[in-house]
Amino acid sequence: MHSGYWLIATVGIPLVAAAALVLVPDERRDVVRWFSAIVAAALFALSMYIFFAYEIDRGGGYQFFIRWDWLQNVGFLRAHGISLAFGVDGIAAPMVLLTGIVSFGGALISWKIEHHNKDFFILFWVLVAGVYGTFGSLDLFFFFFFYEVAVLPMYLLIAVWGSSSTFPTFTRTKEYSAMKLTIMLVSASILIFLGIFAVFHEAGKGTFDLQTLYAYHFNENFQRAVFPLFLVGCGVLAGLWPFHTWSPDGHVSAPTAVSMLHAGVLMKLGAFGIIRLGIQLLPAGATFWMPGLMVLATVNVVYGAFSATAQRDFKYMIGYSSVSHMGLVLMGLATMNVIGVDGAVLQMFSHGVMTALFFAMVGSVYDQAHTRDMTLFSGLVQKMPFFVFFFGLAGLASVGLPALSGFVAEFNVFVGTFKTYPWAAALGIFAAMLTAVYILRMWSMSFFGAFNDRWSGLKEMTYLERGTASLLAAFILFMGLWPAPFVDRISETVRHLPGVS
Amino acid sequence: MNLNFDYTLFIPEFMLAGLAAIVVALDLFAPQVRKSWLSYVAAAGLAVTAVVSLSWVNKDSTFARIYAVDNYTTYFRVLFMGTAAVICLASARLVEDKLRHPGEYYGLIILSTVGAIGMAAARELMTAYLSLELLSFSLYILVSFAKFDSRSNEAGLKYLLLGAFSSAMFLYGLSLIYGVTGSTYYSGISAALSAGTHGFSFALLMALVLILAGLGFKVAAVPFHMWTPDAYEGAPIAITAYLSTTSKAAGFALLLRLFGGAFQVVHNDWSWIIAGLAAASMLLGNLVALQQHNIKRLMAYSSIGQIGYLLMGVAGLSHNTASALVLHLTGYMVTNLALFVVIIAWYNLTGKEEITDFRGMRERAPLLAGALAGALFSLAGLPLFAGFVTKFILFQAATEQGYYWLAGIGVVTSVISLYYYLMVMKEAFVTAPAEGETHRLRVPYVMQGLTVALMLGVFYVGLYPQQLFSAIDNATRFLFV
Repeated sequence: MHSGYWLIATVGIPLVAAAALVLVPDERRDVVRWFSAIVAAALFALSMYIFFAYEIDRGGGYQFFIRWDWLQNVGFLRAHGISLAFGVDGIAAPMVLLTGIVSFGGALISWKIEHHNKDFFILFWVLVAGVYGTFGSLDLFFFFFFYEVAVLPMYLLIAVWGSSSTFPTFTRTKEYSAMKLTIMLVSASILIFLGIFAVFHEAGKGTFDLQTLYAYHFNENFQRAVFPLFLVGCGVLAGLWPFHTWSPDGHVSAPTAVSMLHAGVLMKLGAFGIIRLGIQLLPAGATFWMPGLMVLATVNVVYGAFSATAQRDFKYMIGYSSVSHMGLVLMGLATMNVIGVDGAVLQMFSHGVMTALFFAMVGSVYDQAHTRDMTLFSGLVQKMPFFVFFFGLAGLASVGLPALSGFVAEFNVFVGTFKTYPWAAALGIFAAMLTAVYILRMWSMSFFGAFNDRWSGLKEMTYLERGTASLLAAFILFMGLWPAPFVDRISETVRHLPGVS
Repeated sequence: MNLNFDYTLFIPEFMLAGLAAIVVALDLFAPQVRKSWLSYVAAAGLAVTAVVSLSWVNKDSTFARIYAVDNYTTYFRVLFMGTAAVICLASARLVEDKLRHPGEYYGLIILSTVGAIGMAAARELMTAYLSLELLSFSLYILVSFAKFDSRSNEAGLKYLLLGAFSSAMFLYGLSLIYGVTGSTYYSGISAALSAGTHGFSFALLMALVLILAGLGFKVAAVPFHMWTPDAYEGAPIAITAYLSTTSKAAGFALLLRLFGGAFQVVHNDWSWIIAGLAAASMLLGNLVALQQHNIKRLMAYSSIGQIGYLLMGVAGLSHNTASALVLHLTGYMVTNLALFVVIIAWYNLTGKEEITDFRGMRERAPLLAGALAGALFSLAGLPLFAGFVTKFILFQAATEQGYYWLAGIGVVTSVISLYYYLMVMKEAFVTAPAEGETHRLRVPYVMQGLTVALMLGVFYVGLYPQQLFSAIDNATRFLFV
C-alpha cells in the first residue's frame, strides 16, 4: 500500500507554492521563474511516481488512499461528512501524470513572461492545484471544490496575460473571451451543484464521501433525472456540442501556457467528471442517457473537424480540432463498453499531451511574428526546422498515425463504437479523415513551399522551448510505441466500472 | 415566580456603555489628543470587552426571562464587537479627513453595538424592540454624519423616515401578537400558539406580515429595500460597511431568536412569506447590481442579494439551517469587512468611489488589489475563500428542508453576481492606470494590517471551518428552547 501523502502533496505543493510566491517582491522575476520551475519539476517527478507506482494487479481499485476529516458531526453532516479523501484508480493515475507533464511544460514555456510574472505564477499554481485536486478527490464536496478552483484563476489569466486579435470580419478581445469562458463554465457548474444537492439529499447518509455514495443504490428514476445534470454540467468543460463555444475563443485569447493547460488538462476534467459523477454514481442513468450523448459526441467530432478545416488562425484551428478530439472522448464514454471507455481515457491522455505540444508551438511562433494567420506564413521549415518537426509530430498524432499516441486511443474508441453504434463510428472515421485534411492543409500553407521573405527575421525555437517540446513529444511516442502501461492501468479499472460491459 | 435578577450578566454591555462615554469624554476634555487615538481606544475597548464576554461560554442563563446570555448571545457579542472594532480602526483616517466630532462617531458605533447585542439576546418582544431602536437611532445619526455633504443628509433623512415607518409596523405587529397570545415572552407566545385550538387566525397572519415587513426593512429584503442604495451611497463609507454587516446581522440574530423561539410552532404560516422574500431578494439584488457604476451602490445591491441567501435559511428554519445561516452570515461579514477596508483605503488615497476609478489598482496598491480579488471571489462563492463553503452548506441545508427551488435560484444568482464582481476585478487588474497616476500609493500600516488579518479570516472560514461551525452549531441549539 502506498502512502496517500504523495497524493495530498500534489495539491499541497502548488497551493503552498502559490502562497509563497505572494511574499516574493514584484521585481524579482528570476526568483519567481526558478522557483516555479523547481516546483514544476518536483510535481512532474511526483506525478511520474504516482503513475508508475500504481499497482496494476490489485483489481483497479483506489490506491494512495488517504482521508483527513474536514467537517463532520455538525449541522446536517454526520461522521466523515466532508473529508479530504484522496485516492487514484487506473483512470485517475494517467490523468495525474498528464497534469504533471503539461504543468511542467507550461511552467517552462512561461519563462519569458515579463509582465507581473509573479501574479501569473500564483494563478497558474492555483489552477494546477485545482486540477490535481479534482483528479485525486474521492469526496463529492472536494471534487467540486477543486473543480471550481481550477476555473477560478481563468478570468485573470486570460484577461491580463492574453492577447486580443483582430480578424477580417470580427475582433476577439481577451476580456470578452475571458468573461465568456468563465461565465459559461461557472454556469455549467450550476447543474453540477444541483446534482450534488440532489444526490446528497436522496442518499440521506449525511456524508459527501464518494465511496459511501457509490455503495448506495439510487432509485432508477432518480438516476435518470439527475444524470443529465452531471452530464451537461461536466460536458460543458469537456467541450460538448453545442456548449463548446467558450473553448476556441478562450484558446485564441489565452497566453500559451494557459492554452496548454486548458486544452491539455482542464477539458479532461469535464470528461473525468462524467466518469466519476455520472457513470460511477448513477450507472443506470448513464445507461439510459448514453445514446443521447453518442449523438452529441458524433456532432462534436464531425462539426469540430469541419470547422477546423475552415480556419486560418492556428489557434482557432487547434481549438476546433480540440472540440473534435474531445468529441472522440465523449464518443468512447458513450459506448459504455470496456474497449470504448478505455479508448476514451487513452484519448484524454493522448489529446492532452498532443494539444499542449500544439499550443506550445503556436506560442513560439506567435511571440516572434505577432500573428497566427497561417496564410501569411510560407516555407517555415527553411527557417525553423525544429519548430516544424515538433508541430508536425503533434499533427501526425492528431491524425492518428500508428506509433503515435493518437492511434492507440482512436483505435480503441472506434472499435468500441463499431460494436455499439456503427453509424457513429463511420462518421467518426470520416472526421479522422478530415483531420488529415486540415493538418496537411496547414503544412502546405505554412511549413512548406517558397519561403516568404517577410519572415526572414524569425528565429528557431529557444532551447527552453525545444526542451518543453521534447518532453511532450517523448510522451506521444511513449504511448504510441508502448501503450501497455497505460492500457493495463486503465482497463483494469474500467472493467470494474458499474454499467460498463 | 422567581426571576433571576443577576445584573452581572450585563457586564459586557455595561462596559460598552462606559467605553462609549469614555470616548466621548476623551474627545471633549482632551482636545489635544490626536483624533485617530480615539479609534484605537474604541477598538481596544471593544476587543477587551469581547474577550471578557467569552467568560459566559457554556453558561446558559437568562435575566428575568427577557435577556438570555447563552452561547448564541455570546457568539453574537463577539461577532458584533469584532466588527465594530474593525470599523473603528478602518474609520480613523476617514474621520480625521472628512468628518467632525469623532468622539460622538465612535461613541455611536459602540452604542449601536449594544443595541445589536440586545437584539440577539432578547427573549421578550419589548426588549427586542428597544434594542432594535437603539441600533437604528445610532445608525440614523451615523448615516448623516457627513454634515456638509448633501448626499449624506439625504441618505440620513430617507433612512430615518422609512425606518420610523417600519418601526411602527413592527410595533403594531408586536401588539397584535400580544393580543393573540397574551404574552410578550417568546416562550409564552410559543406555548400559547401550540396550545391554541384556533385554526386559521387572521390577526396572527397580520401580525406576522407586519413583523416581517418591519424586520425586512432593517435587513433590506426585497420589497423593503428601497432605502438601501441611497443610504449606502450617501453614508460615510465606513458606515456603509457597518450598515452592510452589523445592522443586517443583528436583524438576522433577532429574526432567528424570535421565529425559532416564538413562532416555530406556526412554521407553515410564515415560511412561504420568507421564501418569497428570499427569492425576490436574490433575483432583484443580483440583477440590479449588474447596472451599477458606483461601488457603494453595487455593494448595496450585492448585499440585498446576500440577504436573499440568508433568508433561504430562515424559510426552512431548523437547527441545521440556523447553523448554516449563521455560518454564512459570519463568512459574509468577514468578507464584506475585508472588501470595505480595501474600498476605504482606496478612497482615502484617491478620493474616488466609482468602479472605473479602481483602474490600475494592481499597479498602485498590490496588497489592496489582491485582497479585493479575494473578497470578490469569496462573495461570488468561489472556493478557497469563505463564500464557497458557507454557501454550499447553506444551500444544502435549504435543500434538506425541501427548498430545492430556492437553492436553485441561489446558485443561478451566484453566477450572475460573479459577472459584476469580475467587472470590478477587471478594472483593478486589467485596465492600466490613468496617465500620471502610475506611482505606488502608500497604504497606512493599520489598513495593511486590517486587510491581511481579514483576508486570513476569509481563508480560515474557507479552508478549515470545523471549529467555527461546531461553535455555531452549539450556539444555535439555544434558539429552539
